[in-house]
Order: sequence, then C-alpha cells, then structure tokens
Amino acid sequence: MGAAPASRDVTSYGMGLAVPLALFFLVFFVAPLLQLLWLSLHNDTAGLHWGLGQYLHFLTDPFSLSVLGSTLLLGAEVTAVCLVLGFPIAWLYQRVGPKLQTVIILIVLLPLLTSVVVRTFAWIVILGRQGIINATLQSLGMIDTPLKLLYTQFGVVIALAQVQMPLMTLPLITALGRIDPNLDDASCSLGAGSWRTFFRVVLPLSLPGIIAGCTLTYAAAITAFITQSLIGGGQMLFMPMYLYQQASTLQNWPFASAISIIFLLAVLAVVSVFTTLGRLSRGYGGA
Amino acid sequence: MAGRKRTLESFSFELVMTVIAVIALVIIIAPSLVVLIVSFTSGFSLRFPPPGYSLRWYAELWNAWQLHFAAKNSLIVALWATGLSVVLGVAAALAIARSPTLSARLLDSLFMSPLVLPALAFGLAALMLFSLVGLPVSPLTLVIGHTVVCVPYVVRNTVAALAQLEPTLLESSAVLGASRLYTFRRIVLPLIRPGIIAGAFIAFMSSFDNVPVSLFLRDAATDMLPIRMWQDLEGKLDVTIAALSGVLIIATVALVAVMERVTGLSRRLTN
Repeated sequence: MGAAPASRDVTSYGMGLAVPLALFFLVFFVAPLLQLLWLSLHNDTAGLHWGLGQYLHFLTDPFSLSVLGSTLLLGAEVTAVCLVLGFPIAWLYQRVGPKLQTVIILIVLLPLLTSVVVRTFAWIVILGRQGIINATLQSLGMIDTPLKLLYTQFGVVIALAQVQMPLMTLPLITALGRIDPNLDDASCSLGAGSWRTFFRVVLPLSLPGIIAGCTLTYAAAITAFITQSLIGGGQMLFMPMYLYQQASTLQNWPFASAISIIFLLAVLAVVSVFTTLGRLSRGYGGA
Repeated sequence: MAGRKRTLESFSFELVMTVIAVIALVIIIAPSLVVLIVSFTSGFSLRFPPPGYSLRWYAELWNAWQLHFAAKNSLIVALWATGLSVVLGVAAALAIARSPTLSARLLDSLFMSPLVLPALAFGLAALMLFSLVGLPVSPLTLVIGHTVVCVPYVVRNTVAALAQLEPTLLESSAVLGASRLYTFRRIVLPLIRPGIIAGAFIAFMSSFDNVPVSLFLRDAATDMLPIRMWQDLEGKLDVTIAALSGVLIIATVALVAVMERVTGLSRRLTN
C-alpha cells in the first residue's frame, strides 16, 4: 500500500468513516462468535452449567476425531491437486500473448463466479453411473460394469479441486508476474537446464504466491459444504455436514458450537502455519 | 552436442508444463460445457451424450414455481446485501486504505476475516444471536448475514483502487482551491468507481450463491435458490436443475463479459 504520510491530510479520510462497518461487525460478527464460544463452554443445552464437557466429548470420541482428521486430509489432497494443476496454468499465462492471457484468465475466473451448486451438479453428471467417464470407458470396452466414482474420496477430491482451482491459480499468476524474467535467462545462460531453473529459481521465487494460493484453497476446500455432501453422499462425513447435523437435525447447539470452535481453530492453525511459512519464504525469495 | 541436449531438455520441460496446463484448463471449463449440453437433452436422464436434443426442460423450468420463488428471494437478498456492503464497505475502505496506523491495519484484518473463517460456523452463530434477541429468521436476517460475508470483497477492491490513486492528483486539486468534497466527487470517485463496481459485482455473485449462511438464516417462507437446488439434487437427479444450471451459466458468462468491459475484472484479480 503506497501510503504517503506527507500528504495524509489531503489523501486520507479519517477513521470516522470506518465506524459504521466496525459497529456492524461488532454486533453481527464478533458478538455472534463470542456467543458461540460461550455456549460451547456449557455442558447443557440451556447454557446453565459451565464446563468443558462438549470439548471432552469431541476429543475423546473416535468418530468425531475421525471426521476432523478426514476433513483436514481432504483439504491437503485438494490443495496438492490444485497446486500441481494450477502452477502450469500460471506458467503458461506468462508465456502467451495478451489475447490468450485474457482467455486464460476468463477460463480460470468463470468457475469462481458460477454457482457452486451448478459446478457440483456438473460433476454428478460426469462421475455418475451413466456419466461421461463410465460411458466412454464402456464404449471403448475397457470396463464391463460402471465404475463407482460418485460417493468416493477420489470423486470428492477431483470435484473440489476443480471448484477451488481459481483460488490457487490467481495468486500464482500474480506471483509469477513479479519474477524478473532476466533471472530465468541468467540461470539458463549459466548452464542450468530448464528443469533445474524451474525447481531452483522459479519455484522458490514464487513461494509467496504458492502459499497464498494454498491458504485460500485449503480453507475453501475444507468448508465446501455443498460439494462435500453432494459428491461424497451419505457415506462420507466431513466437519461442515457434521456441524450442520448436530445443529439443525439434532438441535444440539452446545455440541455444534464446540464443533464450530474446534473447526475454526483448525482453520486458523492451518492459516497461521501458512502465513508463517509465507513470511519465511519472503526472506528466502528476497523479493 | 551440448546445444542439442539443452534444446531437448528445455523442450521436454515446456512440453510437460504446457500439456498439464491445457489438461487443467480443460478440467476447469469442461463441467460447465457438459451441463450446458445435458440441459438440452430430450431424454429423462442425465446420460451423456444425450439421446436427442430439445428445449423441453427449459419449458419445464418455466413452470417450476418453487424455483421461481427461491430465485426471487435470492435476488432480493443479494441486491440488498450488495447495496449495504457498498455503503458500509466503501466508507470503511476510504478510512483505512491510505492510513498507516495500527488501528487501520487491525480493522482491515477484521473486515477480511469472514473470507477465511468457516462461514457455516458464522451462520450458526448468527442464528443463535438472532434467536437470543428474539428476531425470527426473515429476509432481514438473511441480508445482515450475507452482508457480513460479502462486504470483504467490496472493501478489498476499493482499497486496491484507492492504493493506485496518485496522491499528487488530490494535492493539485486542493492547491487549485477545490474543497475535499468536490475533489472526492470529481476526482476520487470517478477513478475508484471501476474498483467499487468490481467489488460489488463479486459481492452480489457470492451472496446469490451463498449456502452456509442461508442454511441457518432462512426458512420455508424465505427459500433461497442454491439451497432449493441442493435439496432437489439430494432427493432426485432432476433434469430441470440442468436447465436451471444452463440459465445460470449463461447469465454468469454474460455478466462477466459486461464486467470485463466496464471494470477490467481480470486485471483487477491478478494484481
């Protein structure tokens, strides 16, 4: 942010203008979250008896822990797929002309703005028993009976990766655009091959973008309620659906609150690990 | 000899990267195309490729009053939430954009935090607060909840537009005797308007598509489109949803094309 202290009196508008939104957030964002925390620290639904019962229940229940574990694992798998597929897109973006650049950006951008239900629905059509993949494999004679793709971990990961890909690709495009192209040439003229240059120069220098992309993708993937529940089906349970079931179907608000808080903390922990890595990588990249 | 090896080596690298990039781009775009094609099926299933083509499911959509009702609700809530987000968000962005103070940085983090926190947890929290103060779920509670999760887009895009503003422009305007309000109206606002519009557009789209907050803050009387579609898909695979998806995809493409013209959306999101 190019803040210019010398000209502040002309170019800044005083903190008073932030008061309405700050108050709005205090009442409708901070207060609800505090109430969520408060209720999670009670052992009964009415909120009369203080205690850590809800958290103890979650942390000693193998089922709850396995839901948390599979959610965190899902996020890691989706993030890895997005990185492997998203990086070459960002790389290609830097090598094509302005016309193709706009095409690439719009292809990446469109899913981000298309309804999540629509995008998930598309994957039902693709992965279903009569879907494209099964129809193609069957017509090629490679399989006799349709493969089960929907309601599997594989299906959830691939659908989520497509849904969240823009969140990975956009920061990568920004980061690669900031790398001085001369470094690439310098590395090559000093005798390093393209592969070596990529892994030793380009990849380390784009770490800030990789970390920003991973943070956004991870946070979005583990909270993607719709895609998880429609592609995963009833067999696979992840934290958002677990939270929703406890809150809505079972009306167990204190336990749902504790799930929310644990989920929030898990997300915050992951984000802060990524942020710390980002800070370290900036020192490394020297940009 | 070494030269040929180098060329082969760099060729292999470029080939691998390009092939993966093209595969990735196909994976990104294919689902939308598949849905568009299937929505024109003449059959009763989501089989691909369709046995024949017709507009029957679009005709079916014309009579799907439940979807119309939900779409109307979603549209109204999204418009109000976007309006509120612009009013609150632009004002806040003006305050924090060029201020180097700690309180401005803290407020910036606060206003951005709904983007990272699980929205489902916020939805539940908001429902608990509203029921504590005795406010039943209604379009009003939906607008409030949506505004919280949509306002970050307006703040971020407006702050980015303000950061690119040349301070000398405002100084010369002041030197030439223009009042602050006049400078704001005639210089600042026209320059940051594309940023505000881009932020408002993304806020609108994300409100229209919101599930996690709506899930807790709506009831049968305030049915929302994405949730109606989700529940329809949970129950049975209805081809009418394919037709609705087709309409939404085409509307999104059209809106993005307009926004690209008006605001240069693609450049904004990669800077």
